[in-house]
Amino acid sequence: MLSEQLVDLSRLQFAVTALYHFLFVPLTIGMTWILVIMESVYLLTGKTIYQDMTRFWGKLFGINFALGVTTGITMEFQFGTNWAYYSHYVGDIFGAPLAIEGLMAFFLESTFIGLFFFGWDRLSRKQHLLVTLLMAIGTNLSALWILIANGWMQNPVGAEFSYVTMRMEMVDFWAVVFNPDAQAKFVHTVSAGYVTGAMFVLSISSWYLLRGRDIEFARKSFSIAAAFGFASICSVIVLGDESGYTVGGAQQTKLAAMEAMWETEPAPAGFNLIAIPNEKAMKNDFAIEIPWVMGLLGTRSLDRQIPGIKEIKEKNRERIINGMHAVVALDALRRNPDDAAMKTQFAAHQADLGFGLLLRKYVSNFDLVSPEIIQKAVDDTIPRVAPMFWSFRLMVGFGFLMLALFGAALWSSVKGNCLGKPWLQRWALWMLPIPWLSCELGWFVAEYGRQPWTIYGVLPTHLSVSTLSVGSLYGSLAGFVGFYTVLLIVEMYLMQKFAKQGPGSLGTGRYANEAAHA
Amino acid sequence: MLDYPTLKLIWWLLVGVLLVGFAIMDGHDMGVGTLLPFVGKNDVERRVVINTVGPHWDGNQVWFITAGGAIFAAWPLVYATAFSGFYWAMLIVLWALFFRPVGFDYRSKIANPTWRSTWDWGLFVGGAVPPLIFGVAFGNLFQGVPFQFDDHLVSTYTGSFWGLLNPFALLCGIVSTAMITFHGAIYLTHRTEGEIQRRTRRATLIFGSLLLVTFSLAGFWLWQGIAGYAISSPIDPAALPNPLGKTVLRESGAWLANYGKYPASIALPMLAYLGTLSAMLLATKGRTLAAFVASSLAIVGVIGTAGVSLFPFVMPSSTDLRSSLTVWDSVSSQLTLNIMLWATLIFMPLIIIYTGWAYKVMAGKVTAAYIRENEHAAY
Repeated sequence: MLSEQLVDLSRLQFAVTALYHFLFVPLTIGMTWILVIMESVYLLTGKTIYQDMTRFWGKLFGINFALGVTTGITMEFQFGTNWAYYSHYVGDIFGAPLAIEGLMAFFLESTFIGLFFFGWDRLSRKQHLLVTLLMAIGTNLSALWILIANGWMQNPVGAEFSYVTMRMEMVDFWAVVFNPDAQAKFVHTVSAGYVTGAMFVLSISSWYLLRGRDIEFARKSFSIAAAFGFASICSVIVLGDESGYTVGGAQQTKLAAMEAMWETEPAPAGFNLIAIPNEKAMKNDFAIEIPWVMGLLGTRSLDRQIPGIKEIKEKNRERIINGMHAVVALDALRRNPDDAAMKTQFAAHQADLGFGLLLRKYVSNFDLVSPEIIQKAVDDTIPRVAPMFWSFRLMVGFGFLMLALFGAALWSSVKGNCLGKPWLQRWALWMLPIPWLSCELGWFVAEYGRQPWTIYGVLPTHLSVSTLSVGSLYGSLAGFVGFYTVLLIVEMYLMQKFAKQGPGSLGTGRYANEAAHA
Repeated sequence: MLDYPTLKLIWWLLVGVLLVGFAIMDGHDMGVGTLLPFVGKNDVERRVVINTVGPHWDGNQVWFITAGGAIFAAWPLVYATAFSGFYWAMLIVLWALFFRPVGFDYRSKIANPTWRSTWDWGLFVGGAVPPLIFGVAFGNLFQGVPFQFDDHLVSTYTGSFWGLLNPFALLCGIVSTAMITFHGAIYLTHRTEGEIQRRTRRATLIFGSLLLVTFSLAGFWLWQGIAGYAISSPIDPAALPNPLGKTVLRESGAWLANYGKYPASIALPMLAYLGTLSAMLLATKGRTLAAFVASSLAIVGVIGTAGVSLFPFVMPSSTDLRSSLTVWDSVSSQLTLNIMLWATLIFMPLIIIYTGWAYKVMAGKVTAAYIRENEHAAY
């Protein structure tokens, strides 16, 4: 059996590298469209200031992009290096969107980002805008394909297990592509990226306005960011991830955990605004509930019930007991593929195979399964409630805070009086880290909430890892943390240097701080 | 839908195409990185060298990422077994690659000489280390890799990182590094002029000769010194993939058996020699674009030689022969191979067209004057 420590370290390494990668991705996704907007205005009006805006914000975008690329390669390596059994078991399905992401999206994005930076003097204005647009499309398509892959981990549709090849195999590619879970995730995640890009431009522009520097440049940037940000934050909230939460068991479990909903309540269920979840007693020690809201958000209806944690656990218990028979039959079939009795037994219980595999965390020989072990496996099927509950609330709270800011910023842009409102600029400046925090919290809710599975209902996390030594994991984790810390310091240094210097760093002679360029 | 055996063969070819594409496109960037500290003697010269690949390195790197993704999708067992088995080797490649995006983008953003020289050496590491390790990995494939599968196809690797660094594997590492550096040098002769061009032309002679010598040595060693692998049970190419369903034996000379069975495949090692020699000659005569085509063909020859010698093996196992992975039993399902084939057929031509356009837009020599005019925009 695989050691707990190996599994935990593998998870930690993936979490650290994924969360780190996701510091750079949302800004890239959002900035590409902001650059498209700025450059479109340049093409339409012919005013040089819009070209300067595209180039300056593009420069900051480039500093961020470099680390996005650097840390992105890690992610592709890591499925193979640290999650070898996962890669074998689901590569037939999971690998395809990753490869298509490369072919359809990364090539487009990465080829045209080169021309975006180097092509200003060699392309016509229209050609250059086309380049910027293709770069943005490429970036967004890459988000689509990776979220199709991720959506399949939450809701594994269009695939079947084969005991001959000992893996999941694709049976319906279009079901994987049009997985409702993936589509909901895509809209939610790219919108969150747009908000991040908008906040970045809004905050830094506000800083110039507070300093009274490059006013025209900053005011125009502020307005574009305010409008784009307002539209995007509305999209994040209205087309939120919640729409995906009615699909599939993983999302139902997450929903129950992040709402601390222990019991199945009559529809429409109430929403716990604040609660103190008690995992042991499986109840909330204290809760402020708003009636109806949960049912409306979760099911978009008044009459559909949302299952509570206790109900989900009881269903999972049945599936685990069922799944035991599937695992026993699978073991026999791996030794003798022609065993007819075992084939029948496997076919009867195959749907719950993944649940049976949950027991492998505790026993390899299923003769030793006891009610206590089954209870442990049942308890494993629900992620810890308190971290889910609070991460989700923090993320939603930040969302509404950003809605208020972008609303106020857009209003003042429309009225043309953002210059006279230092409080608004200060507010925008202090909000700078908020979209990043929200994105990371969202990632946490989605992926921590999927535990104990890598593929919900199919493959438990503890079986997915590579058979490496614990020492190797400590070594690689230390290497990543060290490398990433240095890179982050370098990146932040450059980012603040060029953000502080402002458009003067373009060396055009039209802005303040020209001489500051070293 | 094509039949399963055909799809399995096509994907062996396509993985080869992607690896060759990676070596030609990302390879010349890496070669440029390796040569950077030596052919650029001052800051302006180094910026000239870097800017020959500045607009293209990122797009070219996607060949690497796509080749990885395609191996994941088409040969999941190979992806899983190789990446986890070669754990530290893969991490070293990865960490070396870290230096490239930041090296290119951050280097010239600050004028401090220590800062710039640090990133120059970072680009050197990012250019020289990955081809070295990939060559070493190939060298180990020929000797067999110590891994085995249990009943549920969980793979366990029993070797160590240091065991990978044996003499034959290191020789293959030199072949690979020489090839990539040679190719980068040829590219630089095409995109630079004057003193830098003179220096890179000398590099083409050094690394071209090194490639010819080490490639020949490795071939001789493979023939005389290393027991190859052969499948000893009947092969059903249409069967559902199961690596444990065959028997395998080792015999000396088996790695060269395919050249007897398919005499036409001798064209590949010939291409390696001819491509390298003509690239050296053409570069000396100043026909640099033709030289680049020739060195690209040399890459087709070298990688093709490795692939054909191993065929049908992809990753032989030294500790449990039947666990060896082959093109017949380490592949994805027929449906996935088919979908991936369509995706490749649709997108690959588009990629080649717009990459070609990007090179056309940026065509011409990169000069010191160009760097001065683009002080704030260039790398």
